[in-house]
Amino acid sequence: MWRSRKWALAALLAAGLLSACSGEGAWRTHDIFKLVPDLAFSLNDDRGRSVSAQDYRGKVTLLFFGYTHCEDVCPETLAQLAQTLRASGSGRDDARVLFVTVDPARDSTAVMHGYVQAFGPQFVGLRGDAAALDALARRYRVSYSLGKPDAQGRYEVTHGSAVFVFDREGRARLVFTVKDTPAAMAQDLRRVLFDSGAGAGAG
Amino acid sequence: MVLLHALMQGLIAASAFLLPWELSPTLLVSCAGALILYWRGLRRVRAAERPAPGRRIAFFSGLLLVYFVMQTRFDYLSQHMFYLHRLQHLVLHHLGPFLIALSQPLTVLARGLPARIRPAAIARIWRLPVIRVAYRLLQNALVAPLLFVGLIWFWLTSRIHFDAMLSDPLYWVMNWSMLIDGLLFWILMLDPRPRREGALLGFGSRILIVLAAMVPQMLIGAHIALSNRDLYDVYAVCGRAWEIDPLLDQHLGGLITWIPAAMMHVIAALVLIGRWARHDRNETHRMRAPTSSNSGRA
Repeated sequence: MWRSRKWALAALLAAGLLSACSGEGAWRTHDIFKLVPDLAFSLNDDRGRSVSAQDYRGKVTLLFFGYTHCEDVCPETLAQLAQTLRASGSGRDDARVLFVTVDPARDSTAVMHGYVQAFGPQFVGLRGDAAALDALARRYRVSYSLGKPDAQGRYEVTHGSAVFVFDREGRARLVFTVKDTPAAMAQDLRRVLFDSGAGAGAG
Repeated sequence: MVLLHALMQGLIAASAFLLPWELSPTLLVSCAGALILYWRGLRRVRAAERPAPGRRIAFFSGLLLVYFVMQTRFDYLSQHMFYLHRLQHLVLHHLGPFLIALSQPLTVLARGLPARIRPAAIARIWRLPVIRVAYRLLQNALVAPLLFVGLIWFWLTSRIHFDAMLSDPLYWVMNWSMLIDGLLFWILMLDPRPRREGALLGFGSRILIVLAAMVPQMLIGAHIALSNRDLYDVYAVCGRAWEIDPLLDQHLGGLITWIPAAMMHVIAALVLIGRWARHDRNETHRMRAPTSSNSGRA
């Protein structure tokens, strides 16, 4: 009795380990298929048009939160994404980087437009009111906070560094983190771009 | 006037903090249900059967703590700060269930049931083979501590932790699994009865289990607290609740996993030693009692 119970337990543990590891090795960045909800939002783009996730169906989208006064993480990440897009071999209309500002008070539509244009034509700046921004941050379990302004009116902004990748159907597929190299990101992005849907079941 | 304004502001902020971050009707109903049953039960049991104030306080504070860490803004903070997440799990897996188990609430809860539900009906469900087998399978000397430590280890695996913090359903599975396992473990460990009166395990083996289960937790905690590598990058990826050095956050979290958790096991061992000694004393009394009465009559 004791023996069989021990074996059953070992089998259970092994099954758990296997299911936890399956699919690993296939992706070089973090696979989040079916873990994170589909892309959904309603915000304004950097030309002042009101847009929703529907407007980007058919394109692979990369969602990133940040702000234009950011000195290191945001420009670095966006530059890396530009490099990744080039390396992935995506066409001009295959992919969009959606840069959502968490600091809409300072990031006006015009500021956003100038900022994202510098990174390339595939970059879109998105901003919305506090409610729309909170809803989006909450949906992807991303936090941001604005610090208290100093004498010059400057303040610290903290935000998550995640880049969420959605396929052409708007399904969440990958998360890029600061640990991922542009080569790894480009390789995985190519898979999402060119066999969108086909490899979805494997994850 | 200024003071009143500040007070109002404080009250508004406090009430905002006390609202659920992610409303869970299941948890809300479970907590409210337990509270109502216990309250009704307390009013119905005879004065002689009523649990001592300490036990009542243990039940209410255990329940309140569990509710607080899952259904207030604290839940948001523990999604975005590793050491607050460890604090949340300390409450869900150790402190909350420990206090609830210590209060031995089952008799009072059963008395709180509506009159239509007869205790016999509950007993019949309890005696169903499926439930008995499942309970015995989980609640034994080998599986219970393995499950208790295994769950801590499982959810703290870097990759699993990453997914749990990113996915809403997985996050709830994680927290529910900790709470349910905590209740199972501490109810098994803190059973006030000795084995011959119906406890599944004797005091001696329970003391051994409780102390043995402490060691791997100390190792896991120490590993996290002393590591100089960022083991849980999900907090940087999703953003921390406020600016803090990631390694400081991780080290604090490791210390919480290591020290207060281990202390709970030591306290449990002390409680068990105390109960064991008391039962032994009673036993000796009972053995002496007949002789003394016999000699009295003679």
